[in-house]
Amino acid sequence: MELTGSQIIVQFLKDEGVEFLFGYPGGAVLHIYDELHKQNDVKHILVRHEQGATHAADGYARATGKPGVVLVTSGPGATNAVTGIATAHMDSVPMVILTGQVPTPWIGSDAFQEADTVGITRPCVKHNFLVKDIRDLALTLKKAFYVATTGRPGPVVVDIPKDVTDPNVRIPYEYPRQVAMRSYNPVVKGHPGQIKRAVDLILSARRPVIYTGGGVVLGNGSEALTRLVRHLKYPITQTLMGLGSYPATDPLFLGMLGMHGTYEANMAMHECDVLIAIGARFDDRVTGKLDTFCPTAKIVHVDIDPASISKNVPVDVPIVGDVVSVMQEMLRLLEASGGAPDPDALGAWWSHIEEWRSHHCLEFDRDSRVIKPQAVIEALYRVTKGQAIVTSDVGQHQMWAAQFYKFDQPRRWLNSGGLGTMGFGLPAAMGAKLAFPDTTVACVTGEGSIQMCLQELSTCKQYGLPVKIVNLNNRYLGMVRQWQEFFYDNRYSHSYMDALPDFKKLSEAYGHVGMLIDKPEDVEPALEEAMASDQLVFMDFITDPTENVYPMIEAGKGHHEMTLPPHMSPERELA
Amino acid sequence: MRHIISILMENEAGALSRVAGLFSARGYNIESLTVAPTEDASMSRMTLVTSGSDTVIEQITKQLNKLVDVVKLIELSTGPHIEREMMLIKLEARGADREEFKRLSDIYGGRVIDVTDATYVIELTGRGDKLDAFIATVDETKIIEVVRTGSSGVARGARTLRL
Repeated sequence: MELTGSQIIVQFLKDEGVEFLFGYPGGAVLHIYDELHKQNDVKHILVRHEQGATHAADGYARATGKPGVVLVTSGPGATNAVTGIATAHMDSVPMVILTGQVPTPWIGSDAFQEADTVGITRPCVKHNFLVKDIRDLALTLKKAFYVATTGRPGPVVVDIPKDVTDPNVRIPYEYPRQVAMRSYNPVVKGHPGQIKRAVDLILSARRPVIYTGGGVVLGNGSEALTRLVRHLKYPITQTLMGLGSYPATDPLFLGMLGMHGTYEANMAMHECDVLIAIGARFDDRVTGKLDTFCPTAKIVHVDIDPASISKNVPVDVPIVGDVVSVMQEMLRLLEASGGAPDPDALGAWWSHIEEWRSHHCLEFDRDSRVIKPQAVIEALYRVTKGQAIVTSDVGQHQMWAAQFYKFDQPRRWLNSGGLGTMGFGLPAAMGAKLAFPDTTVACVTGEGSIQMCLQELSTCKQYGLPVKIVNLNNRYLGMVRQWQEFFYDNRYSHSYMDALPDFKKLSEAYGHVGMLIDKPEDVEPALEEAMASDQLVFMDFITDPTENVYPMIEAGKGHHEMTLPPHMSPERELA
Repeated sequence: MRHIISILMENEAGALSRVAGLFSARGYNIESLTVAPTEDASMSRMTLVTSGSDTVIEQITKQLNKLVDVVKLIELSTGPHIEREMMLIKLEARGADREEFKRLSDIYGGRVIDVTDATYVIELTGRGDKLDAFIATVDETKIIEVVRTGSSGVARGARTLRL
């Protein structure tokens, strides 16, 4: 069949099984929009800002595991999308972003709405393409989806000049089912010899810790991980990005580790003798000071990206491979060998951990007369029975959500961990809600972050997306304020927001339901009411402005040098 | 330490900037970089000279391999290899200097490839340190222009970098 470039794009998206296209029209993509208008298979979601389109596609991708797809115009359309592309890149989220470009003869002439999109996005994509010839279009789109979704996933940009989508030029089209790229062959199976070495080391452990990250979520490794951990009965801790891939309510789970990780998780990291890292990348927010990172541990590291291995921390047994296949092979070897770790050593290690755990490092003042942000998250957890998809923005509220909402399943906790992008939460919640209309989707945010992509309230109205917004409003850029309290002698430089909008009225103006909650006893009833509603509800919780996130590892300190919450006596603070 | 990395990559627009961008984004050093198509016009071959600790070089090779356009690479400096660079040097050549520069060029195995009444252009090929030595030998005030290609390299014997 003979199709125009625009028809090829739309037909390709159908053939590829793309459900939603998050976008915003403009001059360079008008031919494509004209074709979108003639069909109903690919549902276009009109956002209010291109950043929202990328975060929404990202939220959809994180929640489903399928690639999120975006269509924006040239120039400002593409540059507005960059923050969302970089966000997806840092967290390895599969996305394909189609950007319009000025017609090929005009490229380089500083034409209207021209930007060097391939150049601008190069450092924040897994790969990008400029399609200069309609004959390359279908195969390039296929390559984009293939690269985005295989190996270590990531965003791929396809820049399409307007003349390539000219309605007067037609060529034969056939959906390219397969694509092979000689320069791109991601490794899947781990090296059997290395896996054997890893298993021997794992069994020899006396004080083991399993540390997993976003790679287990992305690689759909939750089931294999749960089996592996339960087989070994080793303590497990997870990064911010890894939460949910092992049930947080399980006693083997020590909670999150790192800068705002639990006392027991960080102390276990510091004292372990064998560290089993799976799909994690030893980020600075996780490791703290590298010189004192796991000082007595031998390290096994499983990752699909060879460049993640021994990047920040040298490891003893590197295994490049897909997390599922490697963990399955580990389990097979463990079961076949019948070997088991020293039960006495493991018992002693667990006693040690239970002692750390008995300090309840996440405890907070439950009798407070002002709403404690932690209490809101706990209530959210109870009211949603732990079954919600929770998105967050970036800051204190993000850490509290991670600490207090016990995620028992993967792809339920969507947040910008790597880039730390404020404004992510609401559009990401839209993407998740579109994918799972019957699941409660809550966006935990703050009065600072929510204003960074607030315009998407309008998109939620247009498409009837009843997201539940949990705004922890402490009238401060809370995490900035916390650092200023700790490290800048209480000089709160520009972390206070005067003249905040009335969020209740604002959400009503957008056609949603707004609630203002300022008493602790009203928190849970408000959440109950909001969840029972079939509308988007914006809950503005007026919370304690002085509350801090504990524990905290200050930048440049080790896992054993946590700043502990006030209720834990100072002598516990090992130095 | 100095390392030479040979890279086979897709001969695509922008491939060079992906490599250059990687080095600037991650703060790696580039001493020199040369690139041209191979006998297979769909592929380019790049020789990249860099320096860094073993850990840094390991990261560089991993990050280069991660670029989707990179087909294959080897680190030449881990084995016996040949390295060559070409220089075109334009000298002010008058009077007695004309004979002297011709003689010097012969000693270094170079060729005078352009002559005017006042200048010579000498073409010289060799390892980078040989070119350095030639420059050091010539009276500095007589050098008008120096154009160097940067190093290209190939492994000796059976070791190869091909598809």
